[in-house]
Amino acid sequence: MIKLISISCCLFWVKLPVHSSPTSTNLIQSLVAIKSHGEGNREAMKAWPLVSDFPPSAIPQLLDAMNRANNLGDNWIRAAIEKIYSQNTTQLPVEKIIIFLQDHSNEADARDMAFQILESELPSKANLLIPSFIDDPAPVLRQKAVKSILNKAKNSSTKPKANKLYKIALMKAREVEQIKEATRELEAAGEKINLIQLMGLVTDWQLIGPFDNSERMGFSLQYGPENGKGLSEHHKNKDGVVKWEKFSTQDELGLVDINKQYGELKEVCAYAKTTFHSESAQSAHFRIGSKNAWKMWVNGELLFSRDEYHRGKTRIDQFIIEGKLLDGKNEILLKVCQNEQTQSWTKQWEFNFRITDRTGSAIHSTGLTIK
Amino acid sequence: MKNGFLFLTSLLSPLVLNADWLQFRGSLGNGGTSVSSITQFSEENKNSWKAELPGRGLSSPILVDGKIFLTASSGPKQETLHILCFSQNEGDLIWARKFKATGRTICHEKTCVAAPTMVSDKKVVVAQFSSNDIFCLDLDGDLLWLRGLTYDFPNAANGLGMSSSPLISTGVLIAQVENDADSFTTGIDLKNGEELWRNIRPKGANWTSPVLLGTGKDQKVALQSTKGISLINPTTGRELWNYQDGASSIPSSTPVGDILLVPSNGLTALKTRTGGNSHTQVWQDNKLGPGTGSPAISGDRFLVINKANVLTCAKIDNGEILWRMRIKGPASGSPVATRSHLYFFNEDGLGQIIKLEHDEGKVVATIDLQETILSTPALAKDGLYIRSDNHLWKISQ
Repeated sequence: MIKLISISCCLFWVKLPVHSSPTSTNLIQSLVAIKSHGEGNREAMKAWPLVSDFPPSAIPQLLDAMNRANNLGDNWIRAAIEKIYSQNTTQLPVEKIIIFLQDHSNEADARDMAFQILESELPSKANLLIPSFIDDPAPVLRQKAVKSILNKAKNSSTKPKANKLYKIALMKAREVEQIKEATRELEAAGEKINLIQLMGLVTDWQLIGPFDNSERMGFSLQYGPENGKGLSEHHKNKDGVVKWEKFSTQDELGLVDINKQYGELKEVCAYAKTTFHSESAQSAHFRIGSKNAWKMWVNGELLFSRDEYHRGKTRIDQFIIEGKLLDGKNEILLKVCQNEQTQSWTKQWEFNFRITDRTGSAIHSTGLTIK
Repeated sequence: MKNGFLFLTSLLSPLVLNADWLQFRGSLGNGGTSVSSITQFSEENKNSWKAELPGRGLSSPILVDGKIFLTASSGPKQETLHILCFSQNEGDLIWARKFKATGRTICHEKTCVAAPTMVSDKKVVVAQFSSNDIFCLDLDGDLLWLRGLTYDFPNAANGLGMSSSPLISTGVLIAQVENDADSFTTGIDLKNGEELWRNIRPKGANWTSPVLLGTGKDQKVALQSTKGISLINPTTGRELWNYQDGASSIPSSTPVGDILLVPSNGLTALKTRTGGNSHTQVWQDNKLGPGTGSPAISGDRFLVINKANVLTCAKIDNGEILWRMRIKGPASGSPVATRSHLYFFNEDGLGQIIKLEHDEGKVVATIDLQETILSTPALAKDGLYIRSDNHLWKISQ
């Protein structure tokens, strides 16, 4: 039955351009409409064989559909596109795909898919486009341009030429490993790089603790700072009253080592808060790195929590949580918990934190964070 | 008598009568096969080949009807998930599919997002990744359905990476998604990707894979965790019995006939009692604990490599140790075996074939592929299939 529909669909395509077909729109919509927990899979299963039989001229329409799809729908659509262009490379609407790729209003993943099509079928054309991604809002495309500059720097004939390219790469890079690579090379050449400023790592905090985390229960217990009394100066822990204290990290990557404040304790929690001033109301990525269990609130709203200890090291941008900054003052509250493990690799009680826009560019607080 | 029964069971299993290798550690999921394979290595043989891979992986190849299916991951954050199909004879790439990870891709440097091995029922193939993305494709590479389990459950992730390989039983895909934060195992309808059941599982990192006990409609699935073993009905997820004396979170259990060899207190042999709702302990030996790899079955014997790179051969029915020998490790992958030979690769890419005599093991062949290998080989009559960091290899005799 599915084969029969597929054949009739092919005939249909010969007669009508893709964009004028309500059927094609409905089929594509089945892939866009996918939701979590497998919802919509049945409809997508019926639609996908037909969509993947579309002619190459349908690819721009499918790329556009990726703009509206969630990550699951994105995968359904990219699988269809991949099948279409792998079966018929001669009729690719190359110019339309390039126009789509160069239109910054399209979603980053959809534009990257457009690039992948070109890279697969017309690699020389794709390579020519890479330098134009150097200021691209799509991190995945920008990363390719920065990689190209880093490669040129590596192969430079002289150190001054290389350093000039590394400086460009450092300014343009948004991906942590690329920033680190350029920094490493420039520092080896005697340059001093301020990664705190460059990446927008938040260094000034107020800390309060320690609170009890016996048997890891403290993670889910609502101590004073998180039960609506976050701004109070003092809170009770099991040993008495504790108060907020200033803590500024000097670490070059903004690591807040809580052990430095309280000693190497076990089975404890601490809270960290800071006030972040935003120039405008805006969408933002709240980026935390921690090998401890943690919770994050922005303006009183719990954005995410992670109850996991010491599975790997603390990294920058380990967790990227989407949220919103208000115009003006924003209260950031973190809870970071330490567990009972005693191995040498479990003594860390730490985090790093920064805020960026969707492209990975640092958003800096415009006001003082410590009152 | 028991040994004869075990041999007969493995011979009668329909999965073993051909050269397919349908899942992690073979079609029986125990590293063993009754099909004979090569006894020497030859990279120069005209039937040997190597194919370039687009990314790293710890996953192993599976073999279905003359095709090889394999996963890989690539990209700055390993966000590109590859599903690849090669011809078994020539190593030609038949098709390749790329998806985007919807779950977390951060892993320990040693592992990667393409850690779990694919599984097939010979009609479809299913790939699961450390990001907990699951893709079901037909053998021609057409997408049938997909799921993003970390998309559905954002805390279902392990900061070090996940590696549990999925299993197919009675039309149900069993995906073990066990970790510190949101730990569960789910049964997914192989027809459409819909959840049939989901069991909350012990919190804790768990890199083991589910294994199948029994055949046909009597199939049961053993789930392992640091708490022990839970034997479940694959169609409902209902627990039939559990063993609560703890088990490893890295090497997986090894099923053979009605016995389950569990990496617990060394190694523990369990057997389901008549009636199916309880178990009995057949034997236990703390000298038989595996290292990273899981035990492999060879006829009425099993073989286990411990953390000190000592290979031990012992009897399945009573755990009696027959012989021990030191091998060249360290090995991250599991050994696999025919009735007469054992095959494994160490992390440096050194492949070793060991002839399994009654009273000793003899290294009869080695090959140095000079690439990092952290995976488990697939065995077929015409050769051995192994993936390194950069290549998929077929080694014939």
